Amino acid sequence: MAKEAKFCPGCGHPIVLRFLHMILREKELESKAVLGLDIGCSLLAWDFLPVNTFQTHHGRVTSTMVGYKRAQPNSLSFAYTGDGGAYAIGMQSLMWAAIRNEPITVIVVNNSNYAMTGGQQAPTSFKGQITDTSPSGCGDEPVFGPELVRQVNKKAFIARTAVNDPKQVKEYLEKAIEAQQNGNFAMVEFLSYCPLNWKTVGIETNNYLNDNLKMLFPVGEF
Amino acid sequence: MSEKQRQFLTGAEVVVQACLDAGATQMYGYPITPGTEVLTGWINQVDKLEDKMYLQTEDEIAAGFAICGAVMGGKKAFTATAGPGTTLMQDAMSMADGMRLPFVAIIIQRGGPSSGTVIYSQQEVNLAIHGGNGEGMRLVYSPSNLEEMYELTRLTFNNAWKYRFPSVLLSDGFLMKTRQPVELNFEIENVEPTALVSPEVQKNIRNIYSFEEELRLELENQEKDFNKMAEEVTKSESYKVEDCDELIIAHGIVAGAVKEAIEELESQGKKVGLFRPITLSPFPKDELNKLAKQVKRLFVVESSMGQLRDLVKQNLDSKISIEIDGLYRPAVGIESEEIIKAINK
Repeated sequence: MAKEAKFCPGCGHPIVLRFLHMILREKELESKAVLGLDIGCSLLAWDFLPVNTFQTHHGRVTSTMVGYKRAQPNSLSFAYTGDGGAYAIGMQSLMWAAIRNEPITVIVVNNSNYAMTGGQQAPTSFKGQITDTSPSGCGDEPVFGPELVRQVNKKAFIARTAVNDPKQVKEYLEKAIEAQQNGNFAMVEFLSYCPLNWKTVGIETNNYLNDNLKMLFPVGEF
Repeated sequence: MSEKQRQFLTGAEVVVQACLDAGATQMYGYPITPGTEVLTGWINQVDKLEDKMYLQTEDEIAAGFAICGAVMGGKKAFTATAGPGTTLMQDAMSMADGMRLPFVAIIIQRGGPSSGTVIYSQQEVNLAIHGGNGEGMRLVYSPSNLEEMYELTRLTFNNAWKYRFPSVLLSDGFLMKTRQPVELNFEIENVEPTALVSPEVQKNIRNIYSFEEELRLELENQEKDFNKMAEEVTKSESYKVEDCDELIIAHGIVAGAVKEAIEELESQGKKVGLFRPITLSPFPKDELNKLAKQVKRLFVVESSMGQLRDLVKQNLDSKISIEIDGLYRPAVGIESEEIIKAINK
């Protein structure tokens, strides 16, 4: 069974991870799965699930899993990362893994800020968002990761959903696993909670996700 | 040796042959002069083979991390890089430091800082040994000629997988382009690779620690393992050191010119010896100190501003008080005439 979560109370990460584990167990894929972890809140998943895991460096999990999958082609290789790791420091490697259609599954947890380091502006921060590094409001438009990656890979499974839509979370994870099994790149972005840095309490967190992130980032398959 | 085993090869061709003979199966790399020939040479050799592969990545960072992933998956993977590429490679090599990954890098030194020259230098010694954040420990070999390059490349792979420290074959642009007759007859049994993470074993591996004490214990173990490895792998060459008055210290290709200079100085009646560290890390400390006690002067010769000299100073016994002079020619080749002139000055 999964161990106790090291994530903050109300964090969205455990929702994604527990669904991932549920699917792996249902499909009897636990032993084949290897979960590479980016640095950021993602690293806290290092001993959360009873599957193989290893931490990498910030922005480097995709490249690491490209190598792992090429070494162990029968494995189910996941690159688990936040939005900063995926779309800022790791953007180049993410794009190239997609361009080459590397058969790995990239899971991006988008909470619109750098949470582990205390709430700085992220590539997914929206215009006007107040963060530690944008005290007057973020001046840039956010990066639309799945839409961007779709431009360079027509075969991949690419989708976005939100952690408060469990049915779709499960469906997209299943499809992303199938895509890898069929030899294709897959990426799913999960719009996720960060009550600590959003400074929200209780239902406010869910409202923030619905009113901000889900209004801005379209969910669905791309 | 039979004529059949005698080949006329470049340094890059020797390295590629050594990688193949070492059992390497995957290369990840990005073209950069003067390391490119190892990448193209490997690709030409394995392009049609099913059990070996290559990937030209988008940059050295991706190449490095793909190697980390591949070695965790149990494949003998490596890269070849140079100069600014060596700088970028430190990100992944630092992860290999922290996680004790059998990461193999062929580093072909070129002139720096920055893009510098694409030709030659001995300026990447510090990067090869200490390029990561923290104090990761690495095995670094510096070959002096092509036959030795073959042997040391084989040992780089073997010892990387045996001891699980990132391992570097440190060469330079001159040696890589040198073409000469060689006999590649180094007999050694390959250490077999094993996966660190596989479907058969469940593992959770980290490189970040919650408590200072956890990291301290990890580093203590690393240091202990490294010192144990040092007893088994440290290598050096001592040349004409019996009764010598002065000891020249040089590594890599420069040591060749030093040997020529020593012959000439001998004919002039001077007793000069050469001490050549073959492993720059771990450094052959005991041998250095033994020789340093019996000579009047140490004289470092290198194509850098003093990276080898600093290694010598770090490893010299504090009780030994000795003059250290040198000939420092960053990023240019050194000929025997210059060495003779500098010694006689």
